[in-house]
Amino acid sequence: MAKMQNKSKTSDISLIDPMLVQAYTIQRVVRETFDTFSLELEPQSGGGEFKFAPGQFNMLYVYGVGEVPISISGDPSKEKPLIHTTRAVGTVTKAMKNLKVGDTIGIRGPYGSSWPVKEAEGYDVVIVAGGIGLAPLRPVIYYLLQHRNKYGRIVLLYGTRTPEDMLYRKQLEKWRSRFDLETYLTVDRATGSWRGNVGVVTTLIGRAPFDPLHSVAVVCGPEIMMRYTVLELLKRGVDEEKTYISMERNMKCGIGLCGHCQLGSSFVCKDGPVYRYDNIKHAFTMWEM
Amino acid sequence: MENLERILTEHPFLTGMDKKHIQTLVGCASNVAFKEGEFIFKEGSDADSFYFIRHGRVQIETHVPQKGAIVIRSREAGEILGWSWLVPPYKWHFDARAVELTRAIVLDGKCLRDKCEDDHDLGYEIMKRFNLIIAERLEQTRFQLMDVYGKNAK
Ligand SMILES: Cc1cc2nc3c(=O)[nH]c(=O)nc-3n(C[C@H](O)[C@H](O)[C@H](O)COP(=O)(O)OP(=O)(O)OC[C@H]3O[C@@H](n4cnc5c(N)ncnc54)[C@H](O)[C@@H]3O)c2cc1C
Ligand code: FES
Repeated sequence: MAKMQNKSKTSDISLIDPMLVQAYTIQRVVRETFDTFSLELEPQSGGGEFKFAPGQFNMLYVYGVGEVPISISGDPSKEKPLIHTTRAVGTVTKAMKNLKVGDTIGIRGPYGSSWPVKEAEGYDVVIVAGGIGLAPLRPVIYYLLQHRNKYGRIVLLYGTRTPEDMLYRKQLEKWRSRFDLETYLTVDRATGSWRGNVGVVTTLIGRAPFDPLHSVAVVCGPEIMMRYTVLELLKRGVDEEKTYISMERNMKCGIGLCGHCQLGSSFVCKDGPVYRYDNIKHAFTMWEM
Repeated sequence: MENLERILTEHPFLTGMDKKHIQTLVGCASNVAFKEGEFIFKEGSDADSFYFIRHGRVQIETHVPQKGAIVIRSREAGEILGWSWLVPPYKWHFDARAVELTRAIVLDGKCLRDKCEDDHDLGYEIMKRFNLIIAERLEQTRFQLMDVYGKNAK
């Protein structure tokens, strides 16, 4: 069987100078949940389109505070705006949360490998997202839906801690009403009016409608969630070589120079963040120790 | 009865089970339906049955002081609800409530326990199947307890 490889795409910006920070203006801020927000950005230079492949990330620079890697969460077919969805967890992301419409933020990228949209052609595609992990997967959902006839069944399985933690709620509603996308949502716990699934995201895998022997799976979320998810996918019969995960490591340069993001013999910023599971599983389980 | 036998034979939980054992199960089985909002069982009450859910959704809840009911799991069509009927002192540990019209086949736990005592082959088949369910639920509960999407999770 032909081996599926990690693919990466490089933007025009990266070709000019990969370390060049470009100033962007915040056009819109969307509060997704109590600690997560999306920024819609436009370049101050008025420059052309920002090309990226689903799964790639940018380095976002909050001036005077610091720089962090954040996946691009918008539609890869749209020139503008550039969208990032961020959860405020520490120094930089909390400062980012305080930014307002009209403020400036620095961007360099896009960097890294992307989800295997070409390799998945002809297959069922199973998208498993946990928490903020839906953000790096949203571009792949846009892409698959835009090229719908190239794929078999498309199944989205999304789990969060509570119903209030779900990202992109209006969009999820729209996706749920589509006939060509099977969307299953679950929460770890619920109170009040939630009438849907309750249980960890892996509980959806056994009953989701896809052909495991003819599927490509893409998984993103906290590492522990991805570990349990991959085990469940393999149990159902999905091939390791058709299972992809997105890894996170602390980053500095974002372009394979500083070694900050090293994972075994691989640099997550350059060889990842999207890896085919069989290529990264040693490092993935090393993390257990 | 024939209908119950067919439904039980086709249920994934009983895949590969001997026809004569299925017929024994049918002797302890009946059809039930629960209206939206109706409790199927309540915490602390006698666990004298388990359910093959055929249609609908059930939420498993526990009551937390000052917070009210917290839903910790849901069960769907095709799943088994309840294993406390197997473990002394045979009491439910949670509430179970239908969130929509739910149809199920209920198995009388006391009846089945007696039949398993009489026929250890049947008992072993039932235990093997429930072991899988209990192990799977233990794993899922561990995963849930890790609170992987919480503040300090990565
Ligand atoms: C390739 C890549 C893509 C990413 N995409 C996204 C994205 O789309 N959206 C997004 O919100 N984040 C994303 N991240 C994670 C993001 O980069 C980090 O959350 C960010 O660097 C944290 O920086 P900070 O200065 O705010 O926190 P720090 O001050 O560095 O950390 C403060 C505290 O937060 C904890 N922490 C750090 N990172 C995380 C994390 N990822 N999750 C939970 N707790 C954390 C630390 O352990 C520490 O306790 C991505 C990371 C990588 C490597
Ligand atoms: S962040 Fe510098 S090598 Fe990856």
